[in-house]
This record gives sequence, structure tokens and C-alpha cells, in this order.
Amino acid sequence: MIRATIRRILPQLVILALVLGLNFAMFPGFFHLEMHNGRLFGNIIDVLNRGAPVALLSVGMTLVIATRGIDLSVGAVMAITGAVAASVVTEGGSWIMALLAALGAGALCGIWNGFLVAVLRIQPIVATLVLMVAGRGIAQLLTKGAILTFNDPGLIRLGGGTILSVPTPIWIWVTLAVVVGLVVRRTALGLLIEATGINERSARLAGINAKVLLIAVYLVTGLCAALAGIVVTGDIRGADANNAGLWMELDAILAVVIGGNSLLGGRFSITASLLGALIIQSVNSAILLSGMPVEFNLVIKAIIIIAILVIQSPRVKHSIYLLRASSGPVLARRAVAAKGAVGEDHP
Amino acid sequence: MAVDTPPVLHATGISKFFPGVIALDDVELALYPGEVHALLGENGAGKSTLIKCLTGAYSRDGGTILLDGKPIDPRDPLSSQAAGIGTVYQEVNLLPNLSVAENLYLGRQPRRFGMIDHRRMVRDARAVLAEYGLDLDPARLLSSYSIAIQQIVAIARAVELSGKVLILDEPTASLDRDEVQLMFSVIRRLKARGLAVVFITHFLDQVLELCDRATILRNGCVVGTRRLESVSQTEIVTMMLGRQLEAATKHHDAGPPGKLLLSLRGFARRGAIEPFNLDIHEGEVVGLAGLLGSGRSETCNAIFGAQAADRGTAELRGAPLQIPNPRAAIRHRFALCPEDRKTEGIVGDLSVRENIILSLQARQGWFRPLPRARIEEIAQGYVKALDIRLANLDTPIRLLSGGNQQKALLARWLATEPDFLILDEPTRGIDVGAHAEIIALIERLRAQGMALLVASSEMEELVAYSSRIVVMRDRRQVGELRGEAISPTSIIRAIAAEEEAVA
Repeated sequence: MIRATIRRILPQLVILALVLGLNFAMFPGFFHLEMHNGRLFGNIIDVLNRGAPVALLSVGMTLVIATRGIDLSVGAVMAITGAVAASVVTEGGSWIMALLAALGAGALCGIWNGFLVAVLRIQPIVATLVLMVAGRGIAQLLTKGAILTFNDPGLIRLGGGTILSVPTPIWIWVTLAVVVGLVVRRTALGLLIEATGINERSARLAGINAKVLLIAVYLVTGLCAALAGIVVTGDIRGADANNAGLWMELDAILAVVIGGNSLLGGRFSITASLLGALIIQSVNSAILLSGMPVEFNLVIKAIIIIAILVIQSPRVKHSIYLLRASSGPVLARRAVAAKGAVGEDHP
Repeated sequence: MAVDTPPVLHATGISKFFPGVIALDDVELALYPGEVHALLGENGAGKSTLIKCLTGAYSRDGGTILLDGKPIDPRDPLSSQAAGIGTVYQEVNLLPNLSVAENLYLGRQPRRFGMIDHRRMVRDARAVLAEYGLDLDPARLLSSYSIAIQQIVAIARAVELSGKVLILDEPTASLDRDEVQLMFSVIRRLKARGLAVVFITHFLDQVLELCDRATILRNGCVVGTRRLESVSQTEIVTMMLGRQLEAATKHHDAGPPGKLLLSLRGFARRGAIEPFNLDIHEGEVVGLAGLLGSGRSETCNAIFGAQAADRGTAELRGAPLQIPNPRAAIRHRFALCPEDRKTEGIVGDLSVRENIILSLQARQGWFRPLPRARIEEIAQGYVKALDIRLANLDTPIRLLSGGNQQKALLARWLATEPDFLILDEPTRGIDVGAHAEIIALIERLRAQGMALLVASSEMEELVAYSSRIVVMRDRRQVGELRGEAISPTSIIRAIAAEEEAVA
């Protein structure tokens, strides 16, 4: 079980190690950690901290993509939930109320997306496009077009504070990932999600309540986006309806793809998506440290993605298999294969 | 066909490996001009893999292919088509929303002043199709014609494009008797024109009627190539299975049926199935007979809630029952093995283990996962009980052969311990061995007191296991046969003639 998991995430681990190694080569102090005023500082902490929004989004995005869907609205939902949280504290509410209100708004957005996809059977990319476009408008209405700033220490702490010397956003995304990961894998939810993503018709006929499952998955994505929205809002101490979470849905999708999850749904690994999110953030960090213009970021990202996709392509995998087979064990395999059933329908 | 002429296609040493599996091992196939050559073997023997290697859909891992004595190396189906090897699959690979003529000439339309010359295209298409004994309007949409006609159009296109070797992969699987004869007449014409035709099918009688020679595959190896006039059917089956098949199915000795389980009154779904009444008892197998499109599958789907009935009432053990969706049906211990295994049955990328426990787990709910030990016990148990042949339980189910997939689906439903099992075409597209095993399983389940409803297009099969047979035509029940009255001829008569269909 553990071995299979490691084998699944091995390419992502290797690539993360390579990118971190690149960081280290350019900046030898990269792994250096030190304490200042009870807060842990260091580049590696920065990667984990700055990567929080994409990491949070990628958890939900993994599940949505596993059902053969996609959620383009998460960036806009971040803007909405950030605006909601900021409005609550500027109206005099506590940070707990702000948090709950933002989570509620995220949940509503998720249910809306789920309703369009599961009940009205609109294609996910179109269904979530609606909120992607409208969401920023809603956020602007909430902030009345201005950047809504606040001084509530509780809310600021969620985005910029520390717990036990470690920045709060790191705690938030790690906790969320562990909770969602456990719920998905320790219950049968993961299996049912994968079955629905691979073949929804078969899944329905096998008795899976695909409608409720889909709505639940979009709901979880909405909640993840709400957390990401709060982290970003707390960090900049204000709700910026125009820029909060802008284009972040694409980074989240990218993280899932780098994580080796197929956009056609089915088998998924949340851990691999999180590694994907960290890879993206490490690339950003490497480009900053190298002093190269930020514009290179996108090109380098593209190169990394191509490299990962090549490693994972079935064609490359098959040639690797042939290489290994031709070097010996194929004869033993022949004996096994002659005994076992031989499929006709290989991909 | 003269054997001293050189083969038009000669493939030797063809090998293909998949991870953990040798799909083809040193396979040889020789095709002579003017012969119809059957490719026989159980599901999973390697027939489709061989075809895909010949057409370049798969890149083979070893072996040479000589076409007219020259080596060819097809990289994809297009290049093999250009070289002279045309293929027609069971599912028609044409564009139903274009006209027959456009389908025939797609990619090579006749032109006039740089524009497509529609008039000439239709005229040419009519002439081409006449050679195949078809008199139809090529300007009409392909989808307005039957599957058989579409198949023949696909053949015509393949022959016009390629013209040396024609591969037919289960072309008759979804055709009725007359359509099969039409298809055969077309194939005989092509044979007379000197084409080499490869014919793949599960119907042995069709092979004996049509083919000259047969190559038999088992477990990725060639067992032998035989001239069909010199071998018996038993000999071929023995070669395919590697063992002697028990004598043909005997007639059941059904005891009296048990208590009334399910009673349907006026059950119907608009546009799918006319109102019908049906009583099903414990320990009985009700057969559903009828031609394609007669409403067999629609009946099964309505009872299971897959396409819920919009009229009528149902009673389960005397208590009223609503079946709005499959989940409700499963809650009442119904089970349905659907007709289309690939799109409605298996969840291809999930392992065999996960496919087997899927319905049980779905019924339990997501928050009550089956313990690992229990999953293992159920999966191992059914793999053994149903003789599902696989490398290990982690294998994705799509890699299994058709017969083994079907058995795994049966295992999925048996694991839910149903009271009422609906099987829609349980033996379609599976090999002789698995076929016999599934029929034996139906009989065993009946003897254990389960109620079964089995829809099938194979008369002999229905006769073998049914306690009663309901005959359908044009989406309505037209008769019911019981006891001694059940025979293939009586079913056919009930389907064919309204006045003879007396309950």
C-alpha cells in the first residue's frame, strides 16, 4: 500500500527534489532556517507559505478533476470569500464570524457549481465559467469597487500570523490536506469518486448516487477556495476583488496535472497534486532567486510540465517496459502469461 | 483458391507484449487471394491484438508482415489502409450524420473546378453500391439505413480504399438472420473478386457456412490452421478451448416455482416499452425473447429503474414498491447486468477487486467502507467460484477478456446477495467456455431459490435455462411459453406470427 503510494508520487518527488536542488545551487542558503521574534524564517518556509493558496485549491481541484470535471471558478470564489470576510470584520464582526461567513459563501458557490453540473448536466467547464466571470463582479459589489482594508488581528493572523513559530497558512493547508486525504481514503468516498469519474453510467447502474457525489465534490472545492481566499485576504490585510486569486485556478489545475492526475478523471492522488503545487512555488522561488526577469517564469513552467508529461506518457512507459523486458525477465513472464488470462483490450 | 499461388499477406513471428502479459507469441498468419479466412479463439486468445498489429493500431514488438511478398511496417491504420489492408469493426466507424456517398468518398471526393462534384459523387456511389447488391439512395444520411447496410457501406469504403485484404472484426454481431445472409452475399462477391477476407466471429455456424480456412489462436499462440471442409465442429472447439466441451446444453428439469416475489401491472415507459404485466417467482428463470429492438433491454431497464417506468404499479412480496432509480432497486435486492458491458457495466480503470465490491460498497454508503479483509474474502471467493482468469486482483478490469469481464460483473452483483437478478444478454460477445459456465451458473442460482429474468437473443440458450419465456415484439409482450411448449421453433413462431402467439 505504502509502496504503491510512493511509486505513484515518485516522479513528482524527483522533480521537486530537482527544482529544490536548482534553488540550492543558485542560492546556497536556500535550506537555511532561523528564528526571529518567535517566527521561523527561511526560503523553504517561504515556499511552503507562499504555496498555500495553490495547495489549498489543488486539494479540491483534484477531487473535481477525478470526477471528470473541472472548476474554473475557484479564483473568483477566492475573491468573493475574501470580500465576505473583509466585509464582516469591517462591519464589526469577529474573525470567527468572518471565517464562518466566508466558508458559507464558498459552500454556496460550490453547491451552485455542483447543481449546474450534476442536476442540469451542463459541462463542467462551461458551468464553472459562469461563476468565474460573474464571481469577480459579485466580489466587486461586496467591496463596492474599492480595496476593503481592515485591521482585525484575528483575520490577519490567518494569513500572516504564526502558530508554534510556523506560518498559519502552512498549518491550514497541511491540516486540510490531511483531513480530506483521510476522509477520502479511509472511507469509500475515494473509490466512489474514481468510479464516477471513469464511467458515470456504470457507476450509476452500480448504485452510486452520482448526483449527490458530484455536488459534494464541488462543495468541497468551494470550501477549499474559501480557505485560500481567507489566507490571501489576511495576508494583504484587505480584500481586492480584482486581483485576489486572479488566474489561480490555472495554477491549481496545473498542480493537479503535474501531480500526474488525468484530466479525463478517474484515479487520483491528492499528495501528488500537493507536490505539484510545491513544484510550481519552487519554480517561482528559483526564478526570483536567480534574478531573472519574472517573465521567464511562464516559459520555465511550460518546460517543466512538458518534461513531466513526457515521463508519464504511455508510449515512454511502454518503451521503458520493453527495455527492461528485453534485459532478462521476459522469459519468466512468458511462463506466467501463458498460464494467466490474456486480455484483448489493452489500451 | 489455389494454395500454390503465393499468399497476398504473410505475417510471421508476430509478437506483442503488454506489461505482465504476452498477448501474441510468434504468431503466423497466411492469407491467399480469394479466400475467406476465419480467425478463431476464445476471448483473450489474441484475435483482436493480432488484427491491431496487422493494421498498425498497435505497434508490434516483433515479427514481419509481407504484403504481396514485400515487407510492410504499418505504423497506424491509415498506412495499412494505403498499403491495401482494410478493416471493418463491429461498431460502424463511419459518420452517421453524413450521406452514404460522402461516407464512401470522404477524403477523396471527386472534384470539379476545385469544388466537390456532388452529383458525380452520388452517381459513382450508386454504381459502387450496386456491385455490392445494394440499391439505395446514396444522397440520404447514413444513419437513415440499418446497421447491416451501414456495415456494407463500411466494407465498400474499405475495399475501395485498400482492395487487397479485408479484415472483418465481428461484423455480424448485431445483425439479424436475413442481414447476416445479405452480409455473406457481399463477402462472397468480394471473394470472387480475389480479395483475401479475414472473418472474426463467435458464431461457429457462420464460420462453417462462409469460410474456407481457419486459424485458431489460444493464449496468444497459433494452435493450428485448418481447411474447414476437412475438420468437424467439435475438433475446432477442442482446439479453441484446449479441452473437450461437454455436450450441448440439456433441457432443464425445473421444479415448481416458489413464492411470488415481484408483480408488475401495467408497467410502461413512454417511447420505450408498452404496458406489460409480469409475475416473477422465487426459484424461476423467466426468459425474455425477441428480436433486436423488440423491447427486451427496455423491459430490464424499466424494472431496475435505469430508465424508470412512468406508468404502472409494482409489488414486492405483496407490498407496493417504487423503483425510480437503480439505487432504489438495489436497496430492494435487485441486480442488473446490463447488455452493454463496456459502457454500462465495467469501470475500466478500476481494479477487478474494486469492480467486484463496487455495488456492495455503494449500497453500504461511503462512510461505511468494507474492511480490507472482507473485500479480499469477497473478491477471492468469487474469482475462485466463477473461475475468473486474471493475473491478480489489482489488474484493471479493462485488461480482462470479455468473458472474464462478464464474470467479474456477475460477481459484483452476486456479492450484493440479490433476491432478483436481471441479466441482459449475459453471453453476448463471450467465448464458448465462459458461455457454458454462465449458463450453468444461471441454473445453479435458480436452484438456490433466486428469481432471474434473462433477456437473450440466443434461442437455444433461452430454452436451456428458462422456466418460462416471455416473447416480445415491437416493444410489447406478444406471448408466453411454458414447460413442454418451450423450444427454439416455438419461440421463433411466437416472434414471427401474431396469431400463433397464444399464452
